[in-house]
Amino acid sequence: MVSSIAEHRGFIVGVIFIVLSLGLIASYVFGQRLIRTEKTDAVFGNPERALGGWHWVIAGVSSILLVWFYFSWDAARSYFPDAANELCQVAKVDTAINPMRSVFPIDSRLLKGTSLLARDSLQIEQLDRALSKAAFGDAEKAEYGATVAKLRSVLLLLAAPEHLSDETREKLDDIALRMDAATARLADASFPGEPDPAALAEALAQPGWGVSSTEIPDKPYTPRGRKFEAISGEVAVIAKDFIKIKNTGDSFDRTIVEINTEIKALREGLKTNTTLTADEIDARDDYLKQVNKILKRVDDGTVFPPQALDGVEASVIKFEAEVSNQKGTLKLIDAIAMPSGTIVAGATACSEQGSGRWLPKPSDTLGTLVKISDPDVGYKGIPLLWYHPKPLAEMVGFLVPDWIADLVPGQYPRHKPDGTIDENLKTKVLNIATGNFPSVSIPMPMGHIWDSILRVLAGLFCGILLGVPLGLFMGLSRFAKGFFDPLIELYRPVPPLAWAPLILTIFGIQDDGKIFLLFMVAFAIMVISARTGATGTQLSKIHAAHSLGASKRQIIREVILPNSLPEILTGIRISIGVCWGTLVAAEMLAGTTGIGFVENVARKQSDYEIIWVTILLLGLLGLLFDLIMRWVIRRTIPWRGKG
Amino acid sequence: MSDLVAESVDMTFRTPAGEAVHALKNVNFTLKQGELLSVLGPSGCGKTTLLNIIAGFIRPTGGRIELNNAEIDGPGVERGMVFQQGALFEWLTVAENVNFGLRMKKHNKADTARKVDEWLEIVGLQGFGPTPTYQLSGGMQQRVALARCLINDPDLILMDEPLGALDALTREKMQSLVLKIWKETGKTIMIITHSVEEALLLGERLFVMAPRPGRLHKEYRLPFAEWGLNQDLRDIKNHPEFVKNREEILSMIWNMEEEIMGKTL
Repeated sequence: MVSSIAEHRGFIVGVIFIVLSLGLIASYVFGQRLIRTEKTDAVFGNPERALGGWHWVIAGVSSILLVWFYFSWDAARSYFPDAANELCQVAKVDTAINPMRSVFPIDSRLLKGTSLLARDSLQIEQLDRALSKAAFGDAEKAEYGATVAKLRSVLLLLAAPEHLSDETREKLDDIALRMDAATARLADASFPGEPDPAALAEALAQPGWGVSSTEIPDKPYTPRGRKFEAISGEVAVIAKDFIKIKNTGDSFDRTIVEINTEIKALREGLKTNTTLTADEIDARDDYLKQVNKILKRVDDGTVFPPQALDGVEASVIKFEAEVSNQKGTLKLIDAIAMPSGTIVAGATACSEQGSGRWLPKPSDTLGTLVKISDPDVGYKGIPLLWYHPKPLAEMVGFLVPDWIADLVPGQYPRHKPDGTIDENLKTKVLNIATGNFPSVSIPMPMGHIWDSILRVLAGLFCGILLGVPLGLFMGLSRFAKGFFDPLIELYRPVPPLAWAPLILTIFGIQDDGKIFLLFMVAFAIMVISARTGATGTQLSKIHAAHSLGASKRQIIREVILPNSLPEILTGIRISIGVCWGTLVAAEMLAGTTGIGFVENVARKQSDYEIIWVTILLLGLLGLLFDLIMRWVIRRTIPWRGKG
Repeated sequence: MSDLVAESVDMTFRTPAGEAVHALKNVNFTLKQGELLSVLGPSGCGKTTLLNIIAGFIRPTGGRIELNNAEIDGPGVERGMVFQQGALFEWLTVAENVNFGLRMKKHNKADTARKVDEWLEIVGLQGFGPTPTYQLSGGMQQRVALARCLINDPDLILMDEPLGALDALTREKMQSLVLKIWKETGKTIMIITHSVEEALLLGERLFVMAPRPGRLHKEYRLPFAEWGLNQDLRDIKNHPEFVKNREEILSMIWNMEEEIMGKTL
């Protein structure tokens, strides 16, 4: 059953998406109609109008789920299962042509040659200016200046159309022709011909989108994808050839060599110079190093005359237009269905980007939840929530203290010379106290979820058991209020998590430490709420109870305690919430079980699906606790606020 | 002899500023068994303080109060109390409120249930036993408070403006009920009120108290409570003698209020 659901995930998500959309629209329309009818009999601010209603709940839930489906790309995967794979192929084309297109003003404002020329000219000017200011001798200045002037002439040479050699021109024309040919092939409907059956079979055998750890299958299996992939190979070769073409020529090479020799000679000369100080020599050498650096930049010959690359640029633009044309509907899908990031931006990684990356798809998340809910799978060898048979003896051994056996009169038996040990009454009692006897097993819940719940309930239980009596006492006695208030106020304002490292060190990272930490949290809240409840008792009620013959103890039990119930129950409700939050953080800090532990491991492994599963579980359990408390409050104190 | 005897009762409060305020000064009176007393006075004349002293909630700073020849020291079941707002335990049902006193005494359960039914019938709430008290109207709540107090069979019933928060119609019905209970049980009842009409109707004896310091100003002996047992209360209110007394007391209280205003100004 589960596997067939997994197989038809796309279809199911598609249907759910439509149902949610219709639900959203229908509930919105219904809500609007209701508002229109209410307008006649209700004024703004009338609390009756803030009562909500199921239709708005449907609208809210649908909106959230739709947003989730949309931003996690689940809707995209469901409706356009091939789109991501095809976009991967487009990314390959993009990557192939990128070295070429970066030369032209397509993405950038300036032709690359133009900006290089501007940069180099500026730096040569700076060299000139630095030279005029430098404290060099006139002869030196003239010498250096001549070299810099030569450097400038080389730069100008590169920009001059007449300098472009015929050979280079031919090479550029060839590139343009090859690009045009590639464009024509891309436009050809029959390109790249029948697929190689082996390659196609391999592509089809890839795990689907989101099935394996490689998010999107990268080998093309659709005709459109194969076309893009085939052309990307060709374009990569053309781009490589284009990058190799340099605007060099005889006069260019010659001048470069000349400048190089001059700089070398000058620097050699400095080494043997004895008339200048070491600092002065360094200053000259630094200047020559600067000149040499700029020479190296001019040297690579990537600046072409202004119109020399026009042919190639036109071909590239034509090719890109054809790519865009061939993408067709893919453009729309990419822009609309895959928000906040594109696969193409990920180049050849072929991975989901943006929200598609960290926001797991609802269907996958549910799948993961179903998978780890299987008690045989679980997480880190422990099921989320399951049961195991627990011998009754173990529980008896836990509850009955061992020292009971010590109270039984007599001595524990010693072994006899033949190596046997006789059991007496003392041993028998000890066996029961330690749980060492055969007994039936009863199923007990276990697992990560149960561990977390148990810790919260245990901490809360201890907090209520000690906090409520103390709180009532503090509400009734000046001594208790004065004596215990500072003690509680000493630890309560400290955020519970600040205590965690200390508590976990003292009580251990297993249940004891966490339960104590939660006890601290719940205790303070319960004390404060019970105290507020006790001090809020109307004097006339206490007077009435007195006149009716109630003793002090009876007044506490029959009047002050029930009168404080609303505050106490509210305190419990708050405690559960705070304990729940503290517990998860404490489990993240240390431990080997619990939902917080699961989330922490998932975080370390960047397993977003598990992270979201734990978030969902924590939210649902928190909500469950609160609903239970609301129900309890409704049942136990219907008189609240009506006294 | 189960008389209530007050001998030169003094009550002085200390304000936070250290000033002494004389809430009661030299109050002397004797209330015989079965008498119906209403206490009237402008606000701040110490009538609630006097009631609280008799109930045992506070101790006087001077003088003594005796009931049944025993000095009052703390609250006790022999003095039942009915409060202005009922002071019911809203987490309990009507029956549980009424039997509160008997439950505290761990009285026999069957007898308790019988008594509860009996008293609920007397106050006109038969069948309301299992109803939560927060669902009752103000008048019904006061009936529960009356039953809760009377089931303990106190010698003296103290009422602190018991009908103050009720509407006029309910109030009249409750006044008849109080008179009926007084007649049928023969209890000593002391009612504090700020309504002159109520004080006249529900007082065999009537004390008018004066403020600063709180003291007994004038005592009346009135026939209206007796009349009220078998006459319509509205007829009594229109009787010339009733009107005469009412106007006299009203102008007396009016003058006292004027005096206070003058003092403060």
